[in-house]
Amino acid sequence: MTASGTWTDDETLAARLRWALTDAGTVAGRDVAHWRRQPAAVLVGALFPVLLLLMFVYLLGGGMVVPGGGDYRDFLVPGMLALAMVFGVEATMTAVVTDTSRGITDRFRSLPMAPSAVVAGRCLADMASSVVGLAVLVAAALAIGWRPAGPGSALAAFGLLLLLRLAFLWMGIYLGLLTRDPATVTAVQILVWPFVFLSNVFIAASAMPGWLAVAAEWNPVAGTVTAVRDLFGAPVGSGGGWASEHALLLAVVWPVVLTVVFAVLSVRRFQALSR
Amino acid sequence: MASAISVAGLTKRYGEKVVLDDVDLLVAQGRVCALLGPNGAGKTTAVRILTTLTRPDGGRVEVAGVDVLRQPRTVRRRIGLIGQQPAVDDVLDARQNLVLFARLHHLGRRAAGVRADELLEQVGLADTGTKAVRLFSGGMRRRLDIAAGLVLAPQVLFLDEPTTGLDPAGRRDVWDAIRALVAGGTTVLLTTQYLEEAEQLADDVCVLDGGRVVARGTPRELTAAIGGDRLELVVADPGRAQEAAALAERAAGSGPPADPVGDGQRVVVPVARRRGVVGNVVRALDEAGIAVDDVVLRPTTLDEAYLRITGADRPRTEVSA
Repeated sequence: MTASGTWTDDETLAARLRWALTDAGTVAGRDVAHWRRQPAAVLVGALFPVLLLLMFVYLLGGGMVVPGGGDYRDFLVPGMLALAMVFGVEATMTAVVTDTSRGITDRFRSLPMAPSAVVAGRCLADMASSVVGLAVLVAAALAIGWRPAGPGSALAAFGLLLLLRLAFLWMGIYLGLLTRDPATVTAVQILVWPFVFLSNVFIAASAMPGWLAVAAEWNPVAGTVTAVRDLFGAPVGSGGGWASEHALLLAVVWPVVLTVVFAVLSVRRFQALSR
Repeated sequence: MASAISVAGLTKRYGEKVVLDDVDLLVAQGRVCALLGPNGAGKTTAVRILTTLTRPDGGRVEVAGVDVLRQPRTVRRRIGLIGQQPAVDDVLDARQNLVLFARLHHLGRRAAGVRADELLEQVGLADTGTKAVRLFSGGMRRRLDIAAGLVLAPQVLFLDEPTTGLDPAGRRDVWDAIRALVAGGTTVLLTTQYLEEAEQLADDVCVLDGGRVVARGTPRELTAAIGGDRLELVVADPGRAQEAAALAERAAGSGPPADPVGDGQRVVVPVARRRGVVGNVVRALDEAGIAVDDVVLRPTTLDEAYLRITGADRPRTEVSA
């Protein structure tokens, strides 16, 4: 049979690179096909953070006081946007575990495709779905009266949020490759909650007792949350510690470090599949 | 004729555990070879190494004339793998699955669509339309899985326990699909725990146990080698079956290793020489006062041969190695 696009071991680096990109696109395209076939599942996934936002603003918001003054809604929205990015770890992990446990990852690995495309495709698809998720949440926030500052700084804020998503995406890929048992995703889901509560997502760190405040300020999510609040012109509610003063720096450093660490671990883990 | 699969001295360890121990295997082009063995025999590991999914610790492995360690991608272009469980996307429909896999084989968009349609026709799924795979029956899903392994018309096809977990109808479905492929000249290596499957499909059988090849040959040769005949008795008193088995075994003069079986009223003993054996056994039992209701002298079945090769009655010296 004649196949126009061929790939053998003696192919040039340029050709390999081209196939690596094409194959990653093809693998990500599979997720797009999933969304088309199951729009309801996508919608539910995107609406969960919206539900949380409404719950916190209207049910609990009345009792919340932002240190330094300001509206709780404006304080909360940036936190919720970051929270939605962190929740992405579950979606990524679920997708990876499902594929390995059902033998799809092995099938990919037995095909003459670029091996990197298996994880690169996952990465592309999940980033795309996160953009959609962010858009839905922002639309909901706008609908309940949230008004962010100028478009330039808002764009920078979305950039930081997606950077955070990238870090948790690679964490999800790594955790997903660690196990073949879909039930472990539940364990991670349970751990994610205290992790985000022990941050400044819902409450300002300055409102917490001593050591908790420190932990919350140094939480990998906290830098992003404070920086994004600042960029959106929301009340920051900062306690004034070093971590809060240098929130923008941490909002870049934390996700970059996490991404590098988990990307390296993931690649190692992926290669170890052939042991 | 050239070998489609050529394996020499293949070894694989997981820590202390030796999963494959110096395995040799030659499969000529166009033949169907069954790797037969119980759970944990090393069948799946062997298939994973041959399909580039797992790296061996030692030995030389060539598939379709290409070394799996040196040129894994070239090997992947020439093989199809159908794993233990159907590795297809549940959410997509059959055609979407095949287009996806065809694109990942680097077929162009249009070529992928054409190939997907051909394959759907070939495995009889052309009429499933946009139905999600999760709504398919086990047999249909398996056929789609097989189609996904055929995208580039592979020279060598690997099937790892292709019918495990299928009902009889699904199993027949899969057998038919495999037979059609073989008629087209594809070399097939399949693993199975079922003797019947090996007998139905394979030209050659290689029996793997504890990571070693313990027997090989055509299904007929295997039966003949293990051999001989069996004398089957039905005793009136089940309580004396064990005693009858021991007596009959001695009277039948079957040399070691012997494996008399006495469950309930039925006693089966291996027979070394046919001549005079029925008279000898019946006389011996008669002298012991054990009443015999029925006696049959028959050839060994492949099932018995298989149990004999892999079963507990194997001489102990072979196990410890």
